[in-house]
Amino acid sequence: MAETAENHEVSDVVPSTAETTAEVEAVLDAPVDRGEPILQVRNLVKHFPLTQGILFKKQIGAVKAVDGISFDLYKGETLGIVGESGCGKSTVAKLLMTLETATSGEVFYKGQDITRLSGRALKAVRRNIQMVFQDPYTSLNPRMTVGDIIGEPFDIHPEVAPKGDRRKRVQELLDVVGLNPEYINRYPHQFSGGQRQRIGIARGLALNPEVIICDEPVSALDVSVQAQVINLMGKLQDEFELSYVFIAHDLSIVRHISDRVGVMYLGKMAEIGTDSEIYDHPTHPYTQALLSAVPVPDPAAREGRDRIILTGDVPSPANPPSGCRFRTRCWKAQDKCAEEVPLLAVPEVFAGKKTLAAHESACHFAEERDVVHAA
Amino acid sequence: MEHQRDQPVTLLDVRDLQVEFHTRDGVAKAVNGVNYCVDPGETLAVLGESGSGKSVTAQAIMGILDSPPGRITGGEVLFRGEDLLTMGAETRRRIRGAKMSMVFQDALSALNPVMSVGAQLAEMFEVHEGMTRKDSRAKAVQLMDRVRIPAAKDRVGDYPHQFSGGMRQRIMIAMALALEPDLVIADEPTTALDVTVQAQVMDLLAELQREYNMGLILITHDLGVVADVADKIAVMYAGRIVETAPVHDLYAAPAHPYTRGLLDSIPRLDQKGRQLYAIKGLPPDLTAIPPGCPFSPRCPRAQDICRTDRPPLFAVSHGRASACHFWKETLDER
Repeated sequence: MAETAENHEVSDVVPSTAETTAEVEAVLDAPVDRGEPILQVRNLVKHFPLTQGILFKKQIGAVKAVDGISFDLYKGETLGIVGESGCGKSTVAKLLMTLETATSGEVFYKGQDITRLSGRALKAVRRNIQMVFQDPYTSLNPRMTVGDIIGEPFDIHPEVAPKGDRRKRVQELLDVVGLNPEYINRYPHQFSGGQRQRIGIARGLALNPEVIICDEPVSALDVSVQAQVINLMGKLQDEFELSYVFIAHDLSIVRHISDRVGVMYLGKMAEIGTDSEIYDHPTHPYTQALLSAVPVPDPAAREGRDRIILTGDVPSPANPPSGCRFRTRCWKAQDKCAEEVPLLAVPEVFAGKKTLAAHESACHFAEERDVVHAA
Repeated sequence: MEHQRDQPVTLLDVRDLQVEFHTRDGVAKAVNGVNYCVDPGETLAVLGESGSGKSVTAQAIMGILDSPPGRITGGEVLFRGEDLLTMGAETRRRIRGAKMSMVFQDALSALNPVMSVGAQLAEMFEVHEGMTRKDSRAKAVQLMDRVRIPAAKDRVGDYPHQFSGGMRQRIMIAMALALEPDLVIADEPTTALDVTVQAQVMDLLAELQREYNMGLILITHDLGVVADVADKIAVMYAGRIVETAPVHDLYAAPAHPYTRGLLDSIPRLDQKGRQLYAIKGLPPDLTAIPPGCPFSPRCPRAQDICRTDRPPLFAVSHGRASACHFWKETLDER
């Protein structure tokens, strides 16, 4: 029953922590060629209506789960989305999957707005965007065999695998995710959490998608098993040129797997940039607070670290603060923050400067503060 | 120091504790001879994956083990020198809550949903200290203030569902610390919380611990939380302690391959990592723990002796022990 260890060769990733100015400049001078974006999200909004009354429903407000979000996803890259619970990151996942209908805004997949598609056209797009869910215990039907679970996508898209081929194809998929192909007739309860998540991944891969949306794919797993699944996802990305939207609350894992990272707060994107821009040169106070709160597995860093302890909880998305949404918990907040919504753009102070701090950040008073590396 | 009774007694001393569960698939040996001790003011972190027996040990210490199916089959739990396991139920009940208490992971299911939080807090003072209703209510408000619930006076009549996750966990802490116990066991107290709230809650717990000089047992699977707050660590695997060490030593150089694997398998926040090290395989089935070292089927270092002889806890240095035949080699690896 042993899960196979991932022993595949990996080219060592160049540490992205640029130490010297020369290195920083080298990073900045390198032409950024990400190719054509595969997904373009523009001003995406999802409001869930709040109603009152039983017979005559009257809308009394709305939970602004996602309130104007824009980002691009390029081929073969991983975009991490982090944020606290209730910030709308899972709603973004559902909108990208068109499991929820957007209130407004667009999601372009290869130039086509998928929020307005229906019927056959939608079905064709969905084949290319698949999802891996958080909880491997509830996302697999306990009454279906593993073969049926992984093969079910073929019932909906028979063009991918002809009937006679399916069993073989499912066994190949099991092999790809590191499970014994002979387990095809077993039921989910006969597998451990990590193995179930591999089944979920195999199902996501079944239709050869280009984009996989992963909503907290490893947060239900134990540390040792988590590493197995993360490595598997990295291997599959290289092998099949997949693009991932990787949604998680664990900032260390997101840094490990992502090329770019977006930080969400209360339905808005607070800051977005490459992993080094966000983790080594954060400019938004929320990102700084979030990063500084992560417990680091190094007791020597206990004293040297710059800790920002936020007070209070995230406000209700049904009644978000005016202006900047973070201002109620922000130590820098001034009158301007209550009046003016800060736009997600390269802050003026950094515009045109050759520094990794020059990335998009939605703060009126953006400034760099390294909270991750101990003093 | 001349008299026997003047000698400082360890606050909690768990000796060779053994717990079994009788299940349909056979007898699951959840805890197989666990030893650890905690002094006043000290924080012991018990680290382990699910099924390692870390929570069951805590439940056995607190005397809240579900039995049946659970059964304590051996060992002693000495609280200030007295064995809790042989104590009468009534004496034990008086110790539990007043002298030792517990903070649970999921505050929403640990709190009573049909009782206001004020009433739940006040109940303790009525039961344990015989206070009047009015006095105990006032105490409840004081406590909520102490754990920084905003507008405690107005919220004392609110029910658990009306509070946010972080506030509920703070109420749980208030409840655990209400009677100023000598020992608190916190079982994954921040696992369900967001990082910013987790930091608030851990800070509060550490502050209160200093104030009351309590012993704290922190049960967790998060190596980051442990590094932040613990004085010493006990790493559990398959119902046994495989390594104990002061926190700095363990992170600097683990003396057990399992600990080392755990440390290597977590991604880092401060730099982009390489391939994560993954411990191969799965934790053993507790109804059929392999002979020899239970970690041997997953261990990169395993030799024949590991599959036949169960390693005892070898003393590595002062306050350090490792249950590995090859602890020296593991230690030298770093």
